[in-house]
Amino acid sequence: MTDENLTTDPARPAQRMRAGSLSLTFTPWIVGGILLVLMPFIFTSNSALTIMNQMWITVIFALAYNMLLGQGGMLSFGHAVYAGVGGFACMHIMNASDFFSSLPLPVLPVFGGLFGMGLALIVGSFSTRNAGTVFAMISLGVGELIAACSVIIVAFFGGEEGISGDRTYAMPFFGNEFLQQIDVYYLTSFWVLLSAALMYLWSRTPVGRMANAVRDNPERAEFLGYSARWVRFYSFVASGFFAGVAGGLFAINYEILTEENLNTTSSGVILLVTFLGGVGFFFGPIIGAVAFTLLQTVLSLQTELWAFYAGTLFVATVMFFPGGLAGLMMMHVPAFRLGKANHLIVPYIKTLIPGFIGILGLCALVEMTFHFRHAATGDNEMTLFWTTFDSHTILPWIIAIAVTAIGLGIARATAPALKEAWNEANTAGGAA
Amino acid sequence: MELILVNIIDGLVTGLLLFMLSAGLTLIFSMMGVLNFAHASFYMLGAYFAYQISIALGFWMGLLIAPLIVGVLGAGVERYGLRRVHQYGHVPELIFTFGLALLIEELVQFIWGKNQMPYSVPEILNFTAFSIAGNSIPAYKIFMIFTSVAIFIGLLYILTKTRVGMIIQAALSYPRTVEALGHNVPLIFMGVFGVGTALAGVAGVIAGPVLGTFPGMAFVLGSIVFVTIVIGGLGSLWGALVASLLIGWITTFAKSYNIQMSDILNGIGISTPENLSENVFRDLWTVTSPQIADILPYILMVLILIFRPAGLFGKRHS
Repeated sequence: MTDENLTTDPARPAQRMRAGSLSLTFTPWIVGGILLVLMPFIFTSNSALTIMNQMWITVIFALAYNMLLGQGGMLSFGHAVYAGVGGFACMHIMNASDFFSSLPLPVLPVFGGLFGMGLALIVGSFSTRNAGTVFAMISLGVGELIAACSVIIVAFFGGEEGISGDRTYAMPFFGNEFLQQIDVYYLTSFWVLLSAALMYLWSRTPVGRMANAVRDNPERAEFLGYSARWVRFYSFVASGFFAGVAGGLFAINYEILTEENLNTTSSGVILLVTFLGGVGFFFGPIIGAVAFTLLQTVLSLQTELWAFYAGTLFVATVMFFPGGLAGLMMMHVPAFRLGKANHLIVPYIKTLIPGFIGILGLCALVEMTFHFRHAATGDNEMTLFWTTFDSHTILPWIIAIAVTAIGLGIARATAPALKEAWNEANTAGGAA
Repeated sequence: MELILVNIIDGLVTGLLLFMLSAGLTLIFSMMGVLNFAHASFYMLGAYFAYQISIALGFWMGLLIAPLIVGVLGAGVERYGLRRVHQYGHVPELIFTFGLALLIEELVQFIWGKNQMPYSVPEILNFTAFSIAGNSIPAYKIFMIFTSVAIFIGLLYILTKTRVGMIIQAALSYPRTVEALGHNVPLIFMGVFGVGTALAGVAGVIAGPVLGTFPGMAFVLGSIVFVTIVIGGLGSLWGALVASLLIGWITTFAKSYNIQMSDILNGIGISTPENLSENVFRDLWTVTSPQIADILPYILMVLILIFRPAGLFGKRHS
């Protein structure tokens, strides 16, 4: 699937969307902008605002990451350092009270971006010589190096406890001092829209286009007279800028940065987010960031094992749906064009709902096993799916196993019918 | 002088341990062109399996059985995971192994919990072999050195002197031709992947009691192993050996000798600034070598990549 998605073939419907003209794509931006404005009126609580802020920051970061992975074919294992360094730089600006008091807060992420870009300039000068494995290794090494430095260079990174600041010391922006979460929300929303638009426009520029060419066939691009290395370098630097913007927004939102913002775990998370969303399409990382943040906040409240589920989901995505969520969505475009998408609804319901119930049953088994092994002795009660029961009795296990077996069994039995319907819906002609 | 000897032995232990991991990793890389991110996770699995087996059957059975299980698991991962992802290209392969590393760590936490396991050195090896000027060298370290050297010699013998080794070497360079000659190349790939991960498993079994058996152990060693094979040159077995020993010794010596940056800077004629706590470079002045011992391999790697991108023993490639 990825192979098909990664090659630019205007004859394919799914590709035409990507290579389309600007006029076609104004609508999503306007809809997106209106949604951004309206969201706080729908979800009014403070925690919802916090989650949304985190979501938009992840969106910017994931889009910046996808400039490398999806558009440039460069796999980075240490991209968190660019966001982190941008964030740390913003923190220092916040603490430089003279300068900060003459600076409106909404401008601050620009500085984060500039510092992220500066670091990317230095690292990119030697890391973009190669794509693929060598680039991945260098990014990992540099990432680890800078993350490890954060404990040593206390003056800049603040050591173990990190550094903190206060955003309200900035010059009031039209009388607004950003005391409340809602103010920060609109600042973040403004930046997410701006950065996403800029990154989209970047992907339409000749450099952005050449990045795709270099990703697919560096040798041929070289023969056409483009230096693959410079094209990679430009993508890398631009990506560093937007990662730095994300870091700056993080600094404004949380007012503290620590070593955690730099380490390999955060770099891994952004890879996970981007790949889950789908690297083949521009909007993939946006879906990924929204889905992942929701998954993270909702699941981590429900279960200790959320990282385990996220990891499983990630590996399953790589193995079975390398196009990610966006790829899955775009797979349906041909069926819609043929006007046969409605043929898929019934088979989908027949297969996916039992499959989903079966997977929930599997999760219940996993949770029960975990509880059985790790709960304190005597603590036999556990609550799962709003029911409380004793995990040391046999009945819940029988129920869970039965639900899993029946659910997955039905899904398995109806899968051939779904496949047939899928083929039918994607074939032109016939009874529509 | 005596301290130097002790450090050489310590560095040798670390280096050979690294080599057991990097040897498998570099074999797999030169064969399939895929860097196995989950390699250190198999090392961790080796330690955990050995711990579990050692409770029931003792340390030696653990040493025997755990690598076998790890090897079978590794072969399974190649057969049912990597081979499937292979069609999508190298980057998804790398992402797959990365995801696998995450998943294995979560799985280990799921089964064994987050705490360190009480996996310890067997009684029979728990004595002081000899001592150098008051520094006792435990017998287990000597055992580790001999085990790794024996494995290295065995590997070298199999690869260069036996028929199987010849076929593997041929499959490394000309897989198509070897296939045309009637050998089952996918099976060879699976076998090499299995053996490589089994080697990582052995390293885990013998390192677990010394370095600790905890869910973060793969992460601690994992990135150093990558650094090792990048420094040695991707795909070069000798390079992996040299780089492993180099890193082992560098980190050991940096940790045991407290060299201070201010001494070096004073030595080359830069005097310490007056009010150090106000200075922007204050951290540079107070840095000591034990502090930076763990990041020295990364610095070395970045330098190597800048000045000799193919690594110490690597062949130049496009």
